[in-house]
Amino acid sequence: MKSGKKRKRLASLFFINGTLILLILIWTIPTVGIFVSSFRARDNIATSGWWSVLPHREWKATRTINPVEAGLDANSIMEIEGVTGTFEEFRAGIQSPDGSRITWIGNKRIGKIEVQEQVWSIDWNFTLDNYRQVLGGQDFKFTKPDGSIQVVPGDNMTGAFLNSLSVAVPSTVIPILIAAFGAYAFAWMKFPGRRAMFILVIALLVVPLQIALVPILRDYKALQLNGTFLAIWLAHTGFGLALATYLLYNYISGLPRDILESAFIDGASHFTVFTQLVLPLSVPALASFAIFQFLWVWNDYLVALIFLGGNPEFELVTQRMAAIVGSRGSEWHLLTAGAFVSMALPLLVFFSMQRYFVRGLLAGSVKG
Amino acid sequence: MNQSNSSGTPNLSLGGEILSFISRVLLATSIPLIAFYVLYQGFLFLRDSDAPRVIITLVAIVWGVGGVALLYWIFNGLVERLPDAWKTRLLPFVFVGPAMAILSWYLAIPTLRTFWISLFGRDGPPNGFTLLQQVASDSFVGLSNYTAVFTDSLMLEAFRNNLMWIIFGSTFSIIFGLIIAVLADRSNFEKLAKSLIFLPMAISFVGASVIWNFIYEYRPAGQDQIGLLNSIVVSLGGTPQAWPQWVAVAPWNNLFLIVMVVWLQTGFTMVLFSAALKGIPEELMEASRIDGANEFQIFFRIMIPYIRGTIISVWTTVIIFTLKIFDVVWVMTGGQFGTHVIATQFYRQSFTNQNSGYGSAIAIVLLIAVIPVMFYNLKQFREQEAF
Repeated sequence: MKSGKKRKRLASLFFINGTLILLILIWTIPTVGIFVSSFRARDNIATSGWWSVLPHREWKATRTINPVEAGLDANSIMEIEGVTGTFEEFRAGIQSPDGSRITWIGNKRIGKIEVQEQVWSIDWNFTLDNYRQVLGGQDFKFTKPDGSIQVVPGDNMTGAFLNSLSVAVPSTVIPILIAAFGAYAFAWMKFPGRRAMFILVIALLVVPLQIALVPILRDYKALQLNGTFLAIWLAHTGFGLALATYLLYNYISGLPRDILESAFIDGASHFTVFTQLVLPLSVPALASFAIFQFLWVWNDYLVALIFLGGNPEFELVTQRMAAIVGSRGSEWHLLTAGAFVSMALPLLVFFSMQRYFVRGLLAGSVKG
Repeated sequence: MNQSNSSGTPNLSLGGEILSFISRVLLATSIPLIAFYVLYQGFLFLRDSDAPRVIITLVAIVWGVGGVALLYWIFNGLVERLPDAWKTRLLPFVFVGPAMAILSWYLAIPTLRTFWISLFGRDGPPNGFTLLQQVASDSFVGLSNYTAVFTDSLMLEAFRNNLMWIIFGSTFSIIFGLIIAVLADRSNFEKLAKSLIFLPMAISFVGASVIWNFIYEYRPAGQDQIGLLNSIVVSLGGTPQAWPQWVAVAPWNNLFLIVMVVWLQTGFTMVLFSAALKGIPEELMEASRIDGANEFQIFFRIMIPYIRGTIISVWTTVIIFTLKIFDVVWVMTGGQFGTHVIATQFYRQSFTNQNSGYGSAIAIVLLIAVIPVMFYNLKQFREQEAF
């Protein structure tokens, strides 16, 4: 009776952990694939799947036969090493009874025949060239198999990275600052229109930002603001402010009343209370929204496309990546390395501050 | 809530009221306006500067952040010098004014402006006219942009696809999130599992497009497939395809794009469900186990009803999110191959075709779609009565 129960428990534990591991594998393999590929040489990526870095069985030539010397006629049925077949069949490779494979490489006139054996192999030909090319921005020359030299223009991801940083940091800090002042006023000050204003904040939580793009772009054109960092800072501030105010209000209004009240009794002004007490006490909430907004801005594509779109000098990583996808969609050595460059900072922020991020999600709502 | 220093506000005459209103509005708008001007001047400098990129980056950051902080400090200082009655009246607007002004400029007023533009032709309302003159002008088209939105075949395709996005995208994100949350809760490596599932949340849609394009990568039959999906298909004896571009299965090729968003969003739903599940009292589950309920019964009869509120709000969030989906489709297919959605149509009409009237009508349709959620949020707020 007891051992049956124990066995059942073990079985369910096995089932739970097994299913979970399977799901985790499905979820991580896409990222792993890109990560591994970004370190593989250009030719390797283009000719074999990234999983060939894992031990696998591969056909390797053990010796080659010259068809002319062997007196073979490619236009008829041939017999090589005890197997018979047409040229087309040999091109695809014919397995001989002893386990080796005979393959005709090349065309009928100047081809060669390989006797291949299946061996375990690992494709560990890793390189940092992809990253150098993507970050360095200089043109890259490489020799093609036939000896000719091809020049591939470099991609200036470093510039895009710095641009993204110049956009993301102020676009994170400015809305937090403005929202914190607003949230403090909603929570601790009395003024006419307070309720109506807060209702507006809540109503704007879910308004899709698409609604604002056409009118704001008109304003920016009138102000000649298009294609500047200021334009996109303000846009992200505007689009993130409702959620920031709402989240920070929830937190700041929950701060212990007696601490603040005793400060007021001591004659502290609102500004002092805000900067000396409320901001330090709200660090967890500020941090969780900061991560939220930072990831959102860093990963944003639409807003950048519209307000920075016309100016290639200010291109962000998302735009740069999208441009490479569009223009050189099969240059996988660039795409994979570029994708990792664009993901590096958000992943770092994410892993170092995951706790705050989760807390922000739990307190949060929908962003427009 | 708190009225710590508002007790002494005297009643004002009408003139005083008006003066007070005007100065409040002026305060609220002047901070953003001055901030804007100062930042703008800085930008002219930055734009014309030849300094190295890193320096420009640093200056831009310090300039933007420091400039805004400084303004609050200056304005607060100014208002604090006023007599007490005026200080009490005006100070809240130094605090809350900039937020409200920016929200109004960037979201509240654009809602009305976009609606207005949607009543006009390609170029929107003509400049320099009064509203009435605008209505009388040739470019006023009334609701015909909306008729076009609901009859144009590409728009109908976009509606159909968005419906698929909403149904499949949200359902699968919810189901996987729930399953993973429940499993992780009982596994021996909960933290690691949750981190790994959560990781795609940090990846941009553009990055995700690269990742999944690589999985869908297509090589003609006979060559070695370097994309994972086609490689699996070939090893199972199938024919390789360029999956999202595979028009023969439209509209089901959208599923290849939806998968990406499920992959990105499941971490989000999982975290919220996981937190909700931890709120279920352990005694409740123990009691039902003693009564002989098996794990599936516990899942369906106890867990799901218990976290129903969370499921509904998470579901709403994901639905709104998929309603506005843009980046994935735009980068992966550009809306070709029968994959247009509302937001890509909006972008195409507003910015590629430069038809702002039509584009604005599409944006208004998006807005109308989220209005029920907006009302629900407001209702929740009223019921809480904590304000």
